[in-house]
Amino acid sequence: MSPAAEATTSTARAGSRDLRLSQLTKEYATFTAVKSLDLVVPQGQFFALLGPSGCGKTTTLRMVAGLDTPTSGTIHLGETEVTYEKPYKRPVNTVFQNYALFPHLDIADNVAFGLKRRGIKDVKKQVADMLELVELTSQAHKKPPQMSGGQQQRVALARALINKPEVLLLDEPLGALDLKLRRGMQLELKRIQTEVGLTFVHVTHDQEEAMTMADTVAVMNQGVIEQMGAPIELYENPRTTFVANFLGQSNLIAGEIEGRDGDQVKVRVQGALASVPGDRAHSESGKGWLGIRPEKVLIAEAGQPIDAPGDVITGGYVTDVSFVGVSTQYTVRMPWDQELMVFEQNTGARAMLPVGTKVDISWRPEYAFLLDASQDAKAGIEED
Amino acid sequence: MATLDDVAAPKAKRKLTGYWLILPGALWLAVFFVIPFYSLISTSLFDPKGSVLTGYDMTWHFSNYVDAIDQYKGQIWRSLWYAGVATALCLVIGYVLAYAIAFKAGRWKNLMLVLVIAPFFTSFLLRTLSWKLILADDGFVVDALQTVHLLGDDGRLLATPFAVIAGLTYNFLPFMVLPLYASLEKIDIRLIEASSDLYASPLRGFLKVTLPLSMPGVVAGTLLTFIPAAGDYVNAQLLGSPNTRMVGNTIQSLFTTQGDYAAAGALSVTLMIIIVGAVLMYVRTAGTEDLV
Repeated sequence: MSPAAEATTSTARAGSRDLRLSQLTKEYATFTAVKSLDLVVPQGQFFALLGPSGCGKTTTLRMVAGLDTPTSGTIHLGETEVTYEKPYKRPVNTVFQNYALFPHLDIADNVAFGLKRRGIKDVKKQVADMLELVELTSQAHKKPPQMSGGQQQRVALARALINKPEVLLLDEPLGALDLKLRRGMQLELKRIQTEVGLTFVHVTHDQEEAMTMADTVAVMNQGVIEQMGAPIELYENPRTTFVANFLGQSNLIAGEIEGRDGDQVKVRVQGALASVPGDRAHSESGKGWLGIRPEKVLIAEAGQPIDAPGDVITGGYVTDVSFVGVSTQYTVRMPWDQELMVFEQNTGARAMLPVGTKVDISWRPEYAFLLDASQDAKAGIEED
Repeated sequence: MATLDDVAAPKAKRKLTGYWLILPGALWLAVFFVIPFYSLISTSLFDPKGSVLTGYDMTWHFSNYVDAIDQYKGQIWRSLWYAGVATALCLVIGYVLAYAIAFKAGRWKNLMLVLVIAPFFTSFLLRTLSWKLILADDGFVVDALQTVHLLGDDGRLLATPFAVIAGLTYNFLPFMVLPLYASLEKIDIRLIEASSDLYASPLRGFLKVTLPLSMPGVVAGTLLTFIPAAGDYVNAQLLGSPNTRMVGNTIQSLFTTQGDYAAAGALSVTLMIIIVGAVLMYVRTAGTEDLV
């Protein structure tokens, strides 16, 4: 069963106001931005669409907002179909990437815009409450260009939230902020979402942001969802090389799959026999990529014991060391000429291994994962 | 110690550079505006008894103004009226055109802009003369309108207020379109999307977002259209009749054929004061100080 289909069955509750996309497709003259996307965002969830630029995540968001029309497929909010509903008639609001605040209106009028357009007369109290929520009460009569990026971001959020939409769409809302402010706003957004209890669909290319904020993350690539699930599930048990590389980093070692043995799958990698738990093996025959996260790789000077039950792979040597405070990141060149990444916590148990040190590596088998070798081992590696 | 001087010297230089840059413009204004303006004011106060043959005396004759306004108030009102109607027409036609070029033209944008400016490649007089042919009594436009009975058998277009206003509208349209286009083009399309995301129908979105943001263009365009249109005499002369004379025609004939410099000067200054007053009031009510 595909991950999307799984989600469909597990969350289709009667009477709920889930956001449901079925076979949603958007084709442009020269390429397909979104390919037959199936997705359910349960009501009240903080949902992140994560992917590199051009993966179709923003197009998906714009179709939900009504700013782009799908080529085919449907969008439902609960039982109501909104696929071709005009944007100004949908109970959906957006926090735009560059905020798109109205420069000719002051902050209070920006925030009141949606309510006034729906003919609500007395908006003062609601606007005041909303400005209080985003801590901008004292700025109510400033114009947007007079404010900092972080403040503008909060105005954009208030302007959308005040309408109590069924779904709030956030299009890379923190992209323009500097790192420190971004971390602060992430917590803020998460707090507000918990407080108001609305469905948030957050589009981002920042995997850390998606993982810290969202209940569920869908990783998108080339118009399709590669994998969807809780952040920890995606990180610990990626199903594709793209997810393995885009979410954090992975060592992918080529191996021959020998087959299932009870609830383990055996793989022969460079002479050693490794086992992978059955539910983490996404291929059971032929060639495969054995995946292991850098922080799960255990390293020791050649000949020293390693605290792991599996096979020890010998013959590596350290080619690069970088000290990052809490951990040390080693690059280890293996006998088959592959460089593996190893992150080791600086517990102080052992001195840092200098470049050139001969080392052995191993890992706990329960942390390994196994992927089909027909995929590009470099998919999803961000070049910056 | 040297560092202080190093920093200070370029700063002083930079301050001076500003003044040097103003100089050509200031000279231009002095020669071509201040001096003629002084001459115009003094002309307007000449003794009205003077003529080209006998010469003119400067006698601080303020009653020239009273006489000019009294005698030509019809033409003044007509000028403001015609210019006002032409400006309103230009605003409606120009806004639609500028909006289409800015938001809908796609790859035809540049071509359409060139087409808006293209008439300037031909002389203003020639273009107005062509309209005289187009609107002529035996021209195809009048023929066609008579055939469908929109115009009576002896009805005409030439030499009517319609022809003069049409000519003004036609001639000043580019001055409306270009500033409107410039301010519409600057509007971030995402603001319009945001308004539609926030429950504004296309019409409400236009009234609440697009129109307010294009106000600098509206103000600039209406000024650039109204001011020259109010002082224009070519359209009224070529397309109008004695009944459609505008104040520009009167000033022209007072200066060139009647040789009544004093009245012509007084009328010119009066027109200028009216226009400056109207413009100041207009800009103030439009409230675009922080937008322009």
